[in-house]
Parts: sequence; C-alpha cells; structure tokens
Amino acid sequence: VSCSERNNQKQWKNYWIRGVLSLAMISGFFLIIYMGPIALIFVMCVQIKCFQEIITIGYRVYHSYHLPWFRTLSWYFLVCVNYFFYGETVVDYFGALVQREEPLQFLARYHRFISFALYLAGFCMFVLSLVKKHYRLQFYMFAWTHVTLLIVVTQSHLVIQNLFEGMIWFIVPISIVICNDIMAYLFGFFFGRTPLIKLSPKKTWEGFIGGYFGTVIFGFILAFLLSQFQHFVCPVEFNSETNSFAVECEPSDIFVVHEYTLPAVLQNTLRWKTVNLYPFQIHSIFLSSFASLIGPFGGFFASGFKRAFKIKDFANTIPGHGGIMDRFDCQYLMATFVHVYITSFIRGPNPSKVLQQLLKLQPEQQLNIFHSLHAHLRDRGMLAPEA
Amino acid sequence: CSELCSSMNKRLCEKQIWKNWWVRGLFTLAMITFFFFIIYLGPMVLMMIVLCVQIKCFHEIIMIGYSVYHSYDLPWFRTLSWYFLLCVNYFFYGETVTDYFFTLVQREEPLRILSKYHRFISFALYLTGFCMFVLSLVKKHYRLQFYMFGWTHVTLLIVVTQSHLIIHNLFEGMIWFIVPISCVICNDIMAYMFGFFFGRTPLIKLSPKKTWEGFIGGFFATIVFGIVLSYFMSGYRYFVCPVEFNNDSNSFQVDCQPPELFQLQEYTLPSVLESVTGWTTVHLYPFQIHSVALSSFASIMGPFGGFFASGFKRAFKIKDFANTIPGHGGIMDRFDCQYLMATFVNVYIASFIRGPNPSKVIQQLLALRPDQQLHIFNSLKAHLVEKGLLPALEGAAA
Repeated sequence: VSCSERNNQKQWKNYWIRGVLSLAMISGFFLIIYMGPIALIFVMCVQIKCFQEIITIGYRVYHSYHLPWFRTLSWYFLVCVNYFFYGETVVDYFGALVQREEPLQFLARYHRFISFALYLAGFCMFVLSLVKKHYRLQFYMFAWTHVTLLIVVTQSHLVIQNLFEGMIWFIVPISIVICNDIMAYLFGFFFGRTPLIKLSPKKTWEGFIGGYFGTVIFGFILAFLLSQFQHFVCPVEFNSETNSFAVECEPSDIFVVHEYTLPAVLQNTLRWKTVNLYPFQIHSIFLSSFASLIGPFGGFFASGFKRAFKIKDFANTIPGHGGIMDRFDCQYLMATFVHVYITSFIRGPNPSKVLQQLLKLQPEQQLNIFHSLHAHLRDRGMLAPEA
Repeated sequence: CSELCSSMNKRLCEKQIWKNWWVRGLFTLAMITFFFFIIYLGPMVLMMIVLCVQIKCFHEIIMIGYSVYHSYDLPWFRTLSWYFLLCVNYFFYGETVTDYFFTLVQREEPLRILSKYHRFISFALYLTGFCMFVLSLVKKHYRLQFYMFGWTHVTLLIVVTQSHLIIHNLFEGMIWFIVPISCVICNDIMAYMFGFFFGRTPLIKLSPKKTWEGFIGGFFATIVFGIVLSYFMSGYRYFVCPVEFNNDSNSFQVDCQPPELFQLQEYTLPSVLESVTGWTTVHLYPFQIHSVALSSFASIMGPFGGFFASGFKRAFKIKDFANTIPGHGGIMDRFDCQYLMATFVNVYIASFIRGPNPSKVIQQLLALRPDQQLHIFNSLKAHLVEKGLLPALEGAAA
C-alpha cells in the first residue's frame, strides 16, 4: 500500500513540476515578446542549444567523443552556416546601415564568396583530419553534423525571416503549436481511448481531433487580439538614424477589419448576415490546421528518432520536459510552413531589395527595365500618358 | 608490379597491366570526345546530360548506402529515396524555369499558376514524403530507417544542389560550363602524368598514389591550359553569350553583344615581365585572367574533393563507386572533383562577374504593389538621369 501511495505522490510531483515549468516557459515567451525584436537573440540561443543536443547524441551513438578535431569542426560549421544566413539577413534588412559602414559594405558585397571560403576551409580541415582507423566514424559525424545544420539552422533562420515580416507571424504560429500540444494532451487525458500511431502510444485520436478544434478556435481568437496592435502587425524595420528597431507602419490589408457575408448555412444558424473579421483570422485557420494535422508528424519523427537511438529525451535541460529540442520538435515544420505560406500567399518581394538589384544591373539592362516598367505603369493608369 | 607478379608469370602480369592502361586510356578519350560532341549539340542536350549524370550519381551513392546498412529490403525506402530526388529536382528545375523562361511561363496559364505557387507546391510535395517516411517507420528498423533518411538527404544536398549550380553556370554562358570542367579534367590528367614521370614525394596518406611533383606540375600545367583554352573560346559568341530562351522560336539562342569580359584589352606588363619577354603590352581577354583563378582553384581545392571521395571509399571499404565505366569506376568517380568546382564557379560568378538576372528583377518588380512600383520607377529614373542615360527632360512622373 505504501509503495503505490509513494508512486502516486511521485506521479503528482512530476505533473506539478511539469506544470510549473510549462507556465514558466510560457511566461518567458511573453517576456521575450514584450522585449520586442530582441527575440532574435532568443532564437539564436535556442538554435545553438538544439544543435548541441543533437550533436551530443551523435557522439554517444557512435562513441566518437574523442575523435580528433571533431568537436571543433562541428562548432566551426555551425559558425559558418550562421555567418552565411545572418549575413544574408543583415544585407537584406539593414541595407542602409550596411551602405554607411565601409567594412560592412565590403563584407556584404563579397558575402557569398567569404562564406564559401570559410566553409571550404572547414571542409579541407575535415579531409586533413581523416585518421586511418576512424574513417567511417568521421564520415558519419560529418553527415550527422550536416543534417543537423540543415534541420536546425536553416529553420531558425526561417523563424527570423517570419519575425521580420511582423511579430504576429512569429507569435501566432509558436503559440498555436504550444496550444495544440497542451490541448491534445488535455483532450487525450480526459477523453482518450483510441491510440493514434504505434510510434507514440500516448497519443490518441480523441486528443488529436479535440486538439485540432481547440487550436483552430484559439488561433482565431489570438489572431483577433493581436491584429489590433501595430507593434505586432508591422514589419520590423531597422531605423538607421536611431540605430534601433522600429515597428510602425500603416497596417497592411490583412490586418484591417473587413466585412464578410456569411454563407447561407451559417446565416440560418447564427442569424447574422455579415461578420467583421480580420483577413488574418482566416489565414490563422490555415496555420492552426497545419499545426494540428501535420505538426504532430514532426513530433512522431522526433519520437522515432529517440526510439531509434534508444534515448528517452534529447537532453535533461528542462526538468519534466527533457531538452530544448523536445519542446521545439514540432516547431520546425511549422516555421518552414509559415515561411512558405508568407512567400506564396502574403508577401511580395522586398521593394528595397529589388531596387538594390536594379542598381546593380548593367546600364542597358536598366534602360530596358525602365522602359518596360514605364509601359506597365502607363497601362495601369499610374502614370500620365506621354504627350 | 614485381610484388604482384611473384606468383604469376611476369610477362603475363605486365601484359595485364598494359591492357588495363589501354582500356583506361581508350575510355578517357571516349569520354572527352563525348564531351565535345554534347557541347556541339547545345544547351538543351547539356541540361539533359547533367540531369542524367545527377541521377546516376545519386543512384550510385544510395546503392552504397544500402550495401553498407544491408538495408535493401527496408519497406518503402527505395520509393522514398527516388521520391525525394524527384521533389528536390522539381523544386530546383521550377526555380530555374521561373527565372530563365519568364515570358514563356507568363504565356501559358497552367505554368503561371505552378510558378506563382511553386515554393508552396514543392514544400507540400516534400512534406508528403516526410509524412510517408514517418508512417513507414517499423519497430525493428528505426535506426536503419533514420540512417537511410540521413544518407538520402546528404546525398541530395551534395549531388542535386550542385548539378543545379552547374546548370546556372551554363546559362551564364557555355564557357562557364566548359572551362571549369576542362580545367578539372586537365588537372587530373596532368597531375597523373607529372606524378608518373617525376613523382617521388607522397602528398597525403589518404591517397598514396598522389605526389607533390604531380600536384605542383599539374597546377602550372592547368593554368597554362586554362589560359590557352579561354583564349580560344572567348572568340566565339556561341560560348560566350548567356543562353536565352527565345519565345518566338521556342528554342535556345546564344547570340549577343559579347560583354566586356570577352573583348580583347591591352594590359601593360609589370616591369619584371617586360624585361623577361621584351614586350611592353599584351593583348588579353579579361576572362583569361579569371581563368587563372579558376585553374588555381581546380588544382588546389579540386583534389580535396578527390581526397574526400577516397576517404569515403576507404571508410566504406569499396574500391570504386560503381563499375559503370571500365577502367574508371562509376560516374561518381569521374565527377568527384567537379562538385566543389561547380559551386566555386557559381559563387565566383555571383560575387565578381554577374549582376542579378534582369528577367528575375522584372518578375519581382511586377509582383510588387503599384505604389511600390511607382516609387522604384522614380528612383530608377533619377538614377538613370544622373548617369546620363536618359535625357533629363523626358516626361515628368505623375
């Protein structure tokens, strides 16, 4: 009797710790949002920690912790790839600042070449570090590092690109994934009966479906709340005069309330003819659907990975939750989806980037484009016709 | 040979070795001839060949993965590898088509939709493969399946992305395709010859047959070869002009005003060379100077790609990637040094030569909002007037 009592106590203690830390993480999230675009640094830290966790697993799997040079090389490649991506971001978004400073201008102009040279240096170091008995291990770790970079670094940069589009594109997707996690867990806890997939025996269909609807509603409400504030909705810009981030603009069309006529079916049930919505709320339904339906596949992938390499959690950083990677496994697919969604359906190209490219062209090409653009604008009535 | 021949008739052994060389030499000539032939056939055929080489290399590396992990019978895995290859190719070819065939795409309605939502469609296709992978995970084979998943992705990263960089180089001008590949081939052959005749000091433990003499001799020979080859090629528009797609004739055309890079310029020799050669100036194409950079990379860094492949073969205890070409091994064996070269040429062009692609810029311009377009129009007009390309009196902005 005393044994089962102690077990119960332990289980409740686990839930307690897990709950407290969930709240702590969510509060931390709000704090970061409050501090504004400094969330960039947060994303960077998460990325480094995730990379470290996955690489450590690789070392354990291959018992390769003492491979010559390998720890150095992995971190070197991380620095290289980050340099490449951050450089591209800085060149795109901080154009005016870059033009001002001479060394930055040089770095920006030859950025790809410098990044490639840095990467090559690492590649050559890898080749020179190959040791007779450890060839296979070294190649495995090389590949492991590259796949990890592909997953972790590219997607953290997509998160940052989303952030620059408007903080709402950073906050809403992350919140939706967290909400789906929590809702699916709660629905599964109270109503769960039919197992979902052999890979994760704790997931149930009831949790999945309940989480889906719960998340769609949550996303809808959250989108409504956030769309009203310029702080969240405006693209993040770097003001070269004050040397700080500015988040101020005319809210774009999707963040302005529109009147929608309800389809006849809903008209009968709700007895409203029209409803006032932000178009962003409709987009949020798609984001929520993705988070609930496909997001879990990211979680299953991570579960499969943990089973394949016989580990319980990625690391033990957060008590009750495991490693940072455990909390962020579903976020990765979401970040990529949001980025692809924005580029395909929302945003056009960045005008200052287009102008930048225009000015780099040959003069004849510029003239050609000038004439085409002139004709195009004239057709659209934006320019007075030539006399 | 004397150690090998201890148990065989020495003359028979020598004959066997000479026969191998003969086969190898013959196939080398055959491949070089084939290379010239496809250049003659033009850009379209070249693109097809690049695609075929890419598929074969991918197939070879995946087969090695299967034999390493004894995972040939993993459920779904062969299908999934080919599916991912298809997805990534679809993504890259779609981007290329959208960039270079812009007017054609705008004309045809289905192509226009595919191009507008291209990234979304590619991502959706990739996700489908990802979900299929997750659903195909089988209890006993988790680790193997993850290994093969990782193996497939690294292979795609190496093979597919770089074959597309080659195609981008090709569109810049066929000379940017021919000269790098020729430099790498030349370096291979020259390093081998110099090593054969003069080789004594081993270069690296990984490839015991390489020698410092071969390395240095190959370096200088490749530079000379590069300069001579670029001199010959810079004279012909066919090689020098960017490949464009002509919408009216629905074919590729290679016709243009050769850029400055491919026009003879007079350079004053530094005084050192002046006293040696007795010339004060020399006529060169600027491209020949660039070719020195390309040849240097091919001779110095290209071998690292070869060492990487050697290390890989030793790691997985295979002699060659495959047995496709007698005397040479697989396609991958011939192309291992080319990959780094293709990436380098692409980065070189993007950093030092080319500006952005004008049709891509137009595309982006037309996707902007009208007020942004107007703003850019005015900025561009101010810039052109400043440069004197437009008369200052031409029309006032609305």
